[in-house]
Amino acid sequence: MSLTREQIENIAHLARLALRPEELPVYQQSLSAILDFVGQLDRADTGNVAPMAHPLPGLSQRLRADLVTESDRHELYQANAPQVAAGLYLVPKVIE
Amino acid sequence: MSLHTKTLAQLAKGLRAREFSSVELARAFLERMEASQPALNAFITVMREQALADAQAADRELASGATRPLTGLPIVHKDLFCTAGVRTTCGSRMLDNFVSPYDATVVAKLKAAGAVTLGKSNMDEFAMGSSNETSYFGPVRNPWNTTLVPGGSSGGSAAAVAARLVPAATATDTGGSIRQPAALCGVTGVKPTYGRVSRYGMIAFASSLDQGGVIAATAEDAALVLREMAGFDGNDSTSVDQPVPDYIATLGTPLAGLKIGLLKEFFDKGLDQENERRVREALAVYEKLGARLREVSLPNLPLSVPVYYVVAPAECSSNLARYDGVRYGHRCQDPRDLMDLYKRSRGEGFGAEVKRRVMTGTYVLSAGYYDAYYLKAQKVRQLINADFSRAFGEVDVLMGPTTPTPAFEIGAKTADPITMYLNDIYTIGANLAGLPAVSVPCGFVGGLPVGLQIVGRHFSEAKLLNVAHAFQRETDWHTRIPEHYR
Repeated sequence: MSLTREQIENIAHLARLALRPEELPVYQQSLSAILDFVGQLDRADTGNVAPMAHPLPGLSQRLRADLVTESDRHELYQANAPQVAAGLYLVPKVIE
Repeated sequence: MSLHTKTLAQLAKGLRAREFSSVELARAFLERMEASQPALNAFITVMREQALADAQAADRELASGATRPLTGLPIVHKDLFCTAGVRTTCGSRMLDNFVSPYDATVVAKLKAAGAVTLGKSNMDEFAMGSSNETSYFGPVRNPWNTTLVPGGSSGGSAAAVAARLVPAATATDTGGSIRQPAALCGVTGVKPTYGRVSRYGMIAFASSLDQGGVIAATAEDAALVLREMAGFDGNDSTSVDQPVPDYIATLGTPLAGLKIGLLKEFFDKGLDQENERRVREALAVYEKLGARLREVSLPNLPLSVPVYYVVAPAECSSNLARYDGVRYGHRCQDPRDLMDLYKRSRGEGFGAEVKRRVMTGTYVLSAGYYDAYYLKAQKVRQLINADFSRAFGEVDVLMGPTTPTPAFEIGAKTADPITMYLNDIYTIGANLAGLPAVSVPCGFVGGLPVGLQIVGRHFSEAKLLNVAHAFQRETDWHTRIPEHYR
């Protein structure tokens, strides 16, 4: 399973990762090797088998009551923000 | 007997008997931690001032006679657990300056039990690794031989306990990250049942696999800590509402009649012969104690590693999407536009292994590939789970080696990711099936520790700890300390 350079560039774009040109062949090789390795799964007969999303049987997503339980702590939470003004996170212009 | 050679249980007794104070303990361990940094690099943050303040408060509590289960006892947290007001990096440049605004439930519970946190231990970046070589803060070294890896991703926690820098450390296990480093470092590691320990505030890698646990020198010590860590948490939607038994009360239950299944697929050609000998010697101890051994076959188990390397990267690509340079974490300089902000912040913030797994995950979840990879892997996961269920119909616990070899050289396996991934070949199955599993030290090969792995049914932590403790009453591997750290 050999991924092409274009495929790696596309995957990196989808994953929002900037890769340097010299990194591309490295990831091309390792990702191709990993996909080869996991290709072993084709050997397994999974005809009538349901996919297992959760390790414990019989559990479903727990829901909670639709009540407000949190208080406004945005100053505390924004203490780690790279750039903040007036309680808003600053980013490069999004809308032209 | 020096303070650092005492177990957590012994330290608890000593504190209550006022033989020494919590401040003395904190000072003694902090000194050892700081002195060990150049050689082992087991810590990312040492919390000296906070620890001493907490220890003083613990001493006041001890003096008043009222104590909580872990009052005054020193621990460290893997740097994957959010600690309020304290840097929490997950071993990554992405969170290098992240000061958590809240405590993980595990942290809060251990604090509420009276434990004193001495620091945050080093780890593979975002818990992705089996050797603690992917940390942005440099590799951790094995205290038994510092040219070797301690294992990963909880390498810092395992090395810290092995060198007796701290009596117990929290850790996490997604594909073996508690058990494998525990085995390579000669200490006891416990991965609980999925849902037993809250994942709230435990920085997410693979949400259907991650589980918080503990590393300590003995099963008794692990039981003391796990008893306080475990329990239902409304903040974790996958937390299971089941009462937590008193793991200490059942430690001494006699084993006679225990049915042990030997995993046929684990005694394969990948297992180092000397490792196998130590494991079989350990099994003989169990026979002497009255347990009955039989071989069981889990035919789909050899597909664990490929299943994991589809499912875990897929889940991690989703979980790590939150690191976008906007609200917290690393942000690149002078982003040209939003796309550039995302791409360069993430490209710079994440190391190579993390990028590799995020990209693998992105690929297997992408349109046209989801069925062939992710869905297929989740179906094979079901087959593996069914294999375990069938086995537990015949036996009470499963046993086998924790790792295929003892600790290997730093740098020896970094060239090819698959070689590194195969270190988890015996541990991954338990994560896929959500089963609890323990590794206990069972001997040495060429001076390096070997681990015995014990896997149990869902929510059988009490049984596992009891079975591990029985072994530790008959053997002394768990008392061995690397020469330099005695």
